[in-house]
Amino acid sequence: MKFTIGWLKDHLDTKKKDNELIEKLTDIGLEVESFDKLSSDLDSFKVAKIINAEQHPNADRLRICDVDIGEQNTIKVVCGAPNAKKDLLTVYAGPGSIIPKNNMKLTVSKIRGVTSYGMLCSESELNLSEESEGITELKSSNYSDKIGKNFFKSKTEKVVDLSITPNRPDCLGVRGVARDLAAAGAGKLKKISLKNIKKNGSQKIKVSIIKDKNQGCNAFGSCLIEGVTNQESPHWLKEKIFSLGQKPISAIVDITNYVMLDLNRPLHAYDADKIDKEIIVRNSKKGETFKALDNKEYKLDDGMCVISDKSGVLGLGGIIGGTRSGTEINTKNVLLESAYFLPRSIRKTSKLLNIDTDAKFRFERGIDPRSIELGLSKAAELISEICGGKISNFDIQKTDRYEKNTIKFNVSLFEKITGFKVNDNEIVKILTELGFEVSKKNLELDLKIPTWRPDITQQIDIVEEIVRIKGYNNIETLEPEKTKIKDTLNKQQKLFHFLQRSIASKGYFETVTWSFTDSKINNLFRENLKEIKIVNPISSDLDVLRNSIFSNLTFYLKKNLDRGFKDISLFEIGPIFQDNQPGNQLTVIGAIKSGKVSRLNWNQKERPVDVFDVKKDAIQTLVEAGYDRKSLFIKDKSPSYYHPGKSGSVYLDKNDIEPIAYFGDIHPNIVKKLDIKTEGLLGFEIYLDYLKDNKLKLKDQKPNFEYSDYQKSERDFAFVVDKNFKAQDLMEIISSIDQNLIRSIKIFDIYEGENIPDGKKSIALNVTIQSSEKTLEESDLEKINKLIISTVETKSGAKIRS
Amino acid sequence: MSDIKKIKDEYLNKLDSDLNIESVNQIKTELFGKNGKISNSFKTLGSLPNDERKKFASDLNSIKDELQNKIVTKLQEIETKEINSKLKNEKVDVTLPEREFSLGKIHPVSQVIDEISSIFSEIGFSVEEGPDIENEHYNFTALNTPDNHPARDMHDTFYLDNNKELLLRTHTSPVQVRTMLNGKPPFKIIAPGRTYRSDSDQTHSPMFHQVEGLHIDKDINMGHLKGCLNYFIKSFFEVDKIKMRFRPSHFPFTEPSAEVDIGYEMKDGKIVIGEGDKWLEILGCGMVHPNVLKNVKVNPDKFQGYAFGIGIDRLGMLKYGINDLRAFFETDYRWLNHFGFDPLDVPSNYRGLSR
Repeated sequence: MKFTIGWLKDHLDTKKKDNELIEKLTDIGLEVESFDKLSSDLDSFKVAKIINAEQHPNADRLRICDVDIGEQNTIKVVCGAPNAKKDLLTVYAGPGSIIPKNNMKLTVSKIRGVTSYGMLCSESELNLSEESEGITELKSSNYSDKIGKNFFKSKTEKVVDLSITPNRPDCLGVRGVARDLAAAGAGKLKKISLKNIKKNGSQKIKVSIIKDKNQGCNAFGSCLIEGVTNQESPHWLKEKIFSLGQKPISAIVDITNYVMLDLNRPLHAYDADKIDKEIIVRNSKKGETFKALDNKEYKLDDGMCVISDKSGVLGLGGIIGGTRSGTEINTKNVLLESAYFLPRSIRKTSKLLNIDTDAKFRFERGIDPRSIELGLSKAAELISEICGGKISNFDIQKTDRYEKNTIKFNVSLFEKITGFKVNDNEIVKILTELGFEVSKKNLELDLKIPTWRPDITQQIDIVEEIVRIKGYNNIETLEPEKTKIKDTLNKQQKLFHFLQRSIASKGYFETVTWSFTDSKINNLFRENLKEIKIVNPISSDLDVLRNSIFSNLTFYLKKNLDRGFKDISLFEIGPIFQDNQPGNQLTVIGAIKSGKVSRLNWNQKERPVDVFDVKKDAIQTLVEAGYDRKSLFIKDKSPSYYHPGKSGSVYLDKNDIEPIAYFGDIHPNIVKKLDIKTEGLLGFEIYLDYLKDNKLKLKDQKPNFEYSDYQKSERDFAFVVDKNFKAQDLMEIISSIDQNLIRSIKIFDIYEGENIPDGKKSIALNVTIQSSEKTLEESDLEKINKLIISTVETKSGAKIRS
Repeated sequence: MSDIKKIKDEYLNKLDSDLNIESVNQIKTELFGKNGKISNSFKTLGSLPNDERKKFASDLNSIKDELQNKIVTKLQEIETKEINSKLKNEKVDVTLPEREFSLGKIHPVSQVIDEISSIFSEIGFSVEEGPDIENEHYNFTALNTPDNHPARDMHDTFYLDNNKELLLRTHTSPVQVRTMLNGKPPFKIIAPGRTYRSDSDQTHSPMFHQVEGLHIDKDINMGHLKGCLNYFIKSFFEVDKIKMRFRPSHFPFTEPSAEVDIGYEMKDGKIVIGEGDKWLEILGCGMVHPNVLKNVKVNPDKFQGYAFGIGIDRLGMLKYGINDLRAFFETDYRWLNHFGFDPLDVPSNYRGLSR
């Protein structure tokens, strides 16, 4: 919403300064986006000073000038004027400027091999005089402190640009803004001055509204003005239209626009001679077409509110007129329309047809239905004044009476909501100035709501009116109370934060990527989850919600490899989506690692990252979070995007169905498809939703402290087992032999090859044996030794290696 | 007696010279071996008369002790010397790089969320969450934004079905609705999370983060709202004083509504929060609209309170001097390293919000 302060003063009698008005507007909720002069072509001409002028190496008559234009650095300009000398004050035009004399647009150009940024102008080029011999010479007494400033003083008035919230259609007209300011004490709202126009005879073109259950128009006012001479608008009107950055078209069009901007009363002007007999306001039929003023042909659905005549659709009511009945400069007879269209209908139609116009914007938010006559009067008055013509009586067709709504307002609600008091008289005054009709009854106010305020329907709306006009600075700042209703974080949230920092502490960089991703990459990681398409994606390569975090992580890992990084560890903790229903999402940690360990290290051997690196990171994280390593169970099953032989899954318990984590090499096919070039690409995922939380508080989780001081003994074993036999099973067989005696098992070698039969491998392990009751004797140790060997051999088919 | 005295002097002398371990052991044998000089002297004890024997034995023992001590000391001396000379050859260049270690980083968004949670925890708020996918009802209708409301145009919504029934939440406000429907007042929550709008340019990204706040009780008014936000902004920016301005605005789900600006100035190309005469809009808030309370089965005649929504990314940008919003989501290793936080830097009220 734009207007000039001058225009505002058409409606507001005020002595306030511009900046006071601007501040007030913001204070009462009419946010000022800007208060500036509209930029003009002449703004690019600056006062400048030649700092240095030297001979052009390739041209006798040219000089290269260093010019100070008030910026940090001087600018180089090639100039042919004989008077271009050091210390001269002159006028500089930058690239992009349009020279007034010949309308030439300047560009950065090379003149005989030297680049010139803009030009120094003669008086003739600036249309100041006929003087074209040299560049403009400015008096240093007047201009020496104006270097860098605009040479031409802008004649245009400053324009206020308000950002009007959708609840305030009334402030889409200058008068509404003036009313709010008046209520806030910034002046007095002037009366609308309507000259007594002469109306003669009835409006000859018949208007009818066809009733329908979803009709979009309930009131249609019209007036016929015959014998007009359409022409260019007079100066004052053109200035108003210009001041908003719009172009004047013709008096009739400019007047309808002016009334809309002034009173927020959209109008439409038809060339009456182009109307076939009569106006019918009705719902459209499917398939009807018409050509609108934006020169597009629209095909209508049924149920759209159209203004039509005997031959068909003339326009979409309240949205856009049609070319068939538009006014032109030679229009003789004008039919003015001032109607009320229902917001819901306007919104529906404009959305379906994708049309946005000033009228649509206003009707959609709600126009004062009782402003129909005012609009006709104001426009008819201006048209007859400027274009002459004979004004008919107004014809108002309506199917609704638009009575004012009423509210009972309990004054105590104001203090209850805002925390401060305003006395009743002041409340009455504020509301009255906003246009309410107020009558006081004990503690209640009976309010009749002005019809230009469709946003006001209940008591809380009245509280808002009073507090915003009174000023938000009256609200106290109360010290916050520290009482807690609930713990800040629940267990799951604590786990989230813990895991996040735990993983970062292992050298991973946390990233945050979109929840959406490229379906082509997503499909590589989707498994059997449903693809979730976004109907209106921001771009075609962000077209689905992610089913896995890996799609984005691999994508960005590749980007970082392209930047020259090699050994990368990234992770993200966030949602993945199972389908398109609210809540069907999982919180997952995805981590990914590339490159080598100890690359180019003087004392550590470098090697590609491998599955046991990520397994360690995953398991250590889980153990840090409080899950017992002894109960974690590893299986060699994992989703298909992992290397089938170098990946696994982690279960909280051997008997669980749902794994809590996966780890392993990313499948080489995927690495190839994504064209990722690195020595190793590994990843792991942890599913927070499957991590059962320990119901006990930490203080209740710790068992009693028990320990043994009796002597420990260690024994080494090497078993030859099938190649596919799992180390985890071997360790479990041994540890379950006697959990009181067998304290720990360490695998210290895996061997295949010479001396080991094909299809077999040797697992060497070290077992620590300790009793909590006594020091074990050699015979006890021998017994347990034998038991370990025989149990392993029977249960696993292994052979002890001798 | 003079014999053993001679032996003593002779060997003490020998032991003072520069010897190696072997020659010391040789001396040990010469003195205390089977036929050693001292051992032999002891053997003569029996042949001495009683009155002499006692004196001689005593002298002999003290000489023995003296020599033995001397030998032990000498051996230790030699060992120490040998170790020292060996260590001279074991010198390493300690200026060589230490073994490799890697530092991880926490993303600024996560850090800021933790800072926010820590601040609100102090004044009794708890953290709630809601789904990223919402239906039209929770995201709009229940929040007093019916289908025909122009305010819907201000949210460029991502839809997941053609009926526009399922969508990506455009704000964290649906968490208000879910929280209130699932519980009974009073409510005092914040809800940080991802939000989505189909908008992408220098200052907008299709995904961003918001934190919702909601406090509903019997008599919570706009003064409490102002106090809460004043406390939060001051704590967050770690300044003692903050210039704050509440401006009337409009959101369908609050009334009266406000936008909050904070004062700032530019110093050396950087934003300094809290001073200066420029205003920066940082959040929207207001008293929860009675229609919203009705929609979530809370009686607006008995309960009232405020809600607010703050852009998390923007707060982070202001506090930590990050210029480009889009860089938050581009996973540039250099950017993550530069703006990321050490994982041990956990914001908390006893350690302080940040280092």
